[in-house]
Amino acid sequence: MAKIPVTFTHNGTDRAAFADPGQNLLEFLRRGLGDLSPKYGCGQGACGACTVTIDGQTQLACLVLAETVQGRDVRTAAGLADGATLDPLQEAFMDHFAAQCGYCTPGMLVSARALLDTNPTPTREEVIEAISGNLCRCTGYEPIIEAILSVAGRRATA
Amino acid sequence: MTRHTGRGFAAINYPIGMNLGGDPSQALVHSNPDGKFTVALSAIDLGQGMKSVTRQIAAETLGVPIADVYVDTADSDTGPHDMGSFASRGTHRMGNAVIEASLEARSVMLEAAAEELEVDAGDLVTDGQGNIHVRGAPSRSITTMAAAQAAQFKQGRTIAGRGIFLVPLSDVDPETGEMSPVTTFAHAALVVEVTVDDETGEVEVVDIQSAYEVGRALNPGLVEQQLRGGAWMGMSHAAWETTEPYYPARDHGPVDFNHYVMPGPGDLATHHISVLERPAEDGPYGGKGPGEMCANPVLPAVVNAVYDAVGVRIDALPVTPEKVLRGLQANGGARPRQAL
Ligand code: FES
Ligand code: FES
Repeated sequence: MAKIPVTFTHNGTDRAAFADPGQNLLEFLRRGLGDLSPKYGCGQGACGACTVTIDGQTQLACLVLAETVQGRDVRTAAGLADGATLDPLQEAFMDHFAAQCGYCTPGMLVSARALLDTNPTPTREEVIEAISGNLCRCTGYEPIIEAILSVAGRRATA
Repeated sequence: MTRHTGRGFAAINYPIGMNLGGDPSQALVHSNPDGKFTVALSAIDLGQGMKSVTRQIAAETLGVPIADVYVDTADSDTGPHDMGSFASRGTHRMGNAVIEASLEARSVMLEAAAEELEVDAGDLVTDGQGNIHVRGAPSRSITTMAAAQAAQFKQGRTIAGRGIFLVPLSDVDPETGEMSPVTTFAHAALVVEVTVDDETGEVEVVDIQSAYEVGRALNPGLVEQQLRGGAWMGMSHAAWETTEPYYPARDHGPVDFNHYVMPGPGDLATHHISVLERPAEDGPYGGKGPGEMCANPVLPAVVNAVYDAVGVRIDALPVTPEKVLRGLQANGGARPRQAL
């Protein structure tokens, strides 16, 4: 089958790569571009481990056809840090012990970053809403909610 | 329709490790030419903090900065033998093995330093900052890096240590069945508050008050992290999760995350945690570890709270709305215990 050329922006860098017909964006990023930060949890849109943003909107990469990102701006958790300087959200996740196995963490970070980019001072309810598509098996969510709220400069009250 | 509130209590004695067949863990510690140390383990860190805690234990025992210790759990084919990360045994078993291995490596490091300083190794102490000096004379010192390099390139010594923690297999008394399967217990007690809707049968866990006794909390942040996440998992097992809703019939089993439902970030209970520290005599620096015990007691406490709220005694998990409604029907309605 003919490969499909795709040019797009990946974490701020112009990239050109070939996608297989029918290949989803998650596989394209992981296998094609070597960006292993989006994770495969379920492959069917139910866990959020593969969350990325496309033109600033959160999307589940396992449900997006790779070829449809032609000309668009794709961001993953791997693009959050600026060299050795972490995104404040990443610092907050460490300070609040918001990761255990870490499998959900890249998706959580992308969802949280997308929230804060559009709403810098979310309420607890808005944080919950923003990460409600991201499953976590380990933390019980509370440390994640508190980490995000700490970046938003709000106290984590119930 | 009425929402009934109920409270349930549960307590647990939880065994740390088990020795059905013996329960060994090995650790190997060696210094690298830069004076830093590698701890090799085959106990896997799957997010519970195995690497962090053994790193702390090794640094403390060796007397070097924590930044100078690297824990390698990469490969159980080539690493030292370990029974594994299970039975809440990690901190206790591997921690003890790491202490033994670190003590041996430390004594070789001090011998190497003593040869360089021309003193007796028994007079040397570490400052935990990367220096070794004569007791009472901090100026007569050598860095751990210089000692490691002297050992490596001049003296021909290997700064390394072996450690094992073994609980031997306990024989079973053929008459009584008595045996000693464990060496250490951790403990917990908690009170759970639920609301039960007598029309829909829905149970909501609204509050957890817990006390966990974990020996010494070697890394309090990691301990709290496990207790919080573990209690959430306990609540999920109590009222949400099942692969076999009509066991032993396999009908209506969930096939994906849309049907295998767990509490999300909007379904949390408030959870107040008290950690009680009673350093364990045979634990590494007194540690035992929270392990599986962080989830287990939540289940019976939820079941007891449902009984307290509506008088329905559920004896098969999870507590589903269907079971609550069938129980209410059999009882002819809700019978809150607090009203009795
Ligand atoms: S892998 Fe995409 S939602 Fe689970
Ligand atoms: S940290 Fe393990 S799934 Fe979230």
